[in-house]
Amino acid sequence: MIVRLERRTHVPLHLVVIAPLAAIFTALLLAAGLIAAAGVNPLMAYGEMLTGAFGSRLSITEMLTRATPLIFTGLAAAVAFRARLWNIGGEGQFFVGALITAWIGHSLGVLGWIGIPLLMLAGMAAGAALLAGPAFLRLRFGVDEVVTTLLLNFIVILFVGLMIEGPMRDPLAFGWPSSVPVDGDFRLPDLIPRTRLHIGLLIAIAAAGAVWLILARTVFGAETRAAGLNASAAAFAGISLPRTIMGVALLSGALAGLAGSVEVMGVTAGVTTTMSPGFGYAGIVVAMLAALHPAGVVAAAVFVATVFVGADAMSRATGVPSFIADVIVALCLLTMIVALLFTTYRVRR
Amino acid sequence: MSDAIELLLNTSLWASVLRIATPLIFGVLGALLCERSGVLNLGIEGIMTMGAMSGWLAVYMGAPLLVGLMIAALCGAVMGLLHAMLTVPLGLSQHVSGLGITLFASALAYYLYRLLVEVGDLPPTIEPFQPLNVPGFSDIPVLGPILFSQALPTYLALFAVAAMAYVLARTPLGLAIRMTGENPHAVEAQGLNPIRIRIGAVVVGSALMAVGGAFLTTTAFNSFFPGMVQGRGWICIALVVFASWRPGKALIGAVLFAFFDAYQLRLQTAIEGVPYQLFLMAPYVLSIVALVLVARRAEIPAALMAPYRRGER
Repeated sequence: MIVRLERRTHVPLHLVVIAPLAAIFTALLLAAGLIAAAGVNPLMAYGEMLTGAFGSRLSITEMLTRATPLIFTGLAAAVAFRARLWNIGGEGQFFVGALITAWIGHSLGVLGWIGIPLLMLAGMAAGAALLAGPAFLRLRFGVDEVVTTLLLNFIVILFVGLMIEGPMRDPLAFGWPSSVPVDGDFRLPDLIPRTRLHIGLLIAIAAAGAVWLILARTVFGAETRAAGLNASAAAFAGISLPRTIMGVALLSGALAGLAGSVEVMGVTAGVTTTMSPGFGYAGIVVAMLAALHPAGVVAAAVFVATVFVGADAMSRATGVPSFIADVIVALCLLTMIVALLFTTYRVRR
Repeated sequence: MSDAIELLLNTSLWASVLRIATPLIFGVLGALLCERSGVLNLGIEGIMTMGAMSGWLAVYMGAPLLVGLMIAALCGAVMGLLHAMLTVPLGLSQHVSGLGITLFASALAYYLYRLLVEVGDLPPTIEPFQPLNVPGFSDIPVLGPILFSQALPTYLALFAVAAMAYVLARTPLGLAIRMTGENPHAVEAQGLNPIRIRIGAVVVGSALMAVGGAFLTTTAFNSFFPGMVQGRGWICIALVVFASWRPGKALIGAVLFAFFDAYQLRLQTAIEGVPYQLFLMAPYVLSIVALVLVARRAEIPAALMAPYRRGER
């Protein structure tokens, strides 16, 4: 049997919606086998997951609290991947954003709420600066940014450990070392009283809107798309690739840095090395599930947060190891790239 | 400062170099084989984790150590086959698929470990590979303990370097693999199937990566814990570039790297007042520096990361 893949000239809208749903369904089906291997009925386990993420007002707010940083890191990956800049350093950029926010936010004295946007800018600048390095190395020396951004993640985590055990150590923290907390003035207000959900969620959704505007309605956005689709054609059309790639790097790094900044001001107050359960890496899955579209990122982040928060509750109820969440999310990435193949190509005999 | 120099004269430092290099040698050979055929395998970090878990688990459940290594190789090969199917016949992005494999393989390894192993306060242990003295050679002063008193997997790694160098440079199979990485159309014109060659190279390369991971749990340590691969896979990807995709240079790179790693470990205890994290950063910083240094004259396989579709140019 000979099958040929033929590129579609036009991707029908229904496929754009079906692809991620089919990918998620397939991933859940595959993971069901692993849940069954643990001696638990998969349907019951998935039911527990849904209850764990949506069963009460508190669980919904917990899920949305978890989705907030994922929206930012998902946007960061989506922006970069569109231009074929492989930013896998979201985790490191998240942490430098968090660290600089805690550092300035603790020592900046009284500025009132005016300090909040300033701290966000600082987090964005730190994230952008961290990705500017690998982008520069790629443009100047041709060094693959995948490896450099991945290695930087390890360097940054060690640096965070150094800072919170040394100069930024909170003398009042018990047990695990934590950085000094941000000033009370710089804590983001709660979105719903007596829950952990903070206005960071609205900021994240606004960021998704802003990114959509930039990508769809500006010259820079068009250049980004052109650079990702066909770099040599883009260069021939007079687009400066180095400038575009560097611009994308700054935007992507800033978004991931903002994730860390908002997480510190909204949730943790201080920085610890365990404050991220892999937000940066999960952001890659979020971006792919969204087919790199900003609006899709918000939906995909809610899905991934549901899996993580739901799996914790399900694990407590049934004893299935909570690592099942990471398995499901990773499977979604693999099934999604296959599903995307069918949206861009059609199978011809 | 004199302490730092004195450390260099210590035989145990040099004996630990080959031990630390062993997982890197397996990993870098595996990555090199995949890339020589034209496929970047970023699944390496997860495949090493899977190898570390499955090799350990087999021994924990009663298998002999060597069988443990084989089980690890098998699990790595399965993960490699998955990456190969996605990137070679389907031609999907090697970057994204590789990352997906890394996320999937490590999550699966942690999940299965939690599911199958009763973990108390301390992780359970196995009886690991012991150093093997080569008769007649291990008694040589200085060189004996450094080269001839290693565990079996270390000798296997050195043998694998020689075998890989021979196969790639001196056999028709090696020529076919290298040609597939340079120009798959020419391979097709010779009547060979570049798709099959790539799948085979990725499967075997992934098995090697997994054995490197298994070394961590069956020789270097005697237990498995999450996060233990610690970026060694990514370092291997950097080492392949540093080695210009040549097995001999890959060995030199891995040993050089292991030397710096062994040295920084000892410096941590010898030099006081410097935060230990700075020493731990050294391997990652070193990898980036190595990449920058060789980037200009890297001889990248011409068809690396270019999916091959029959009849398309």
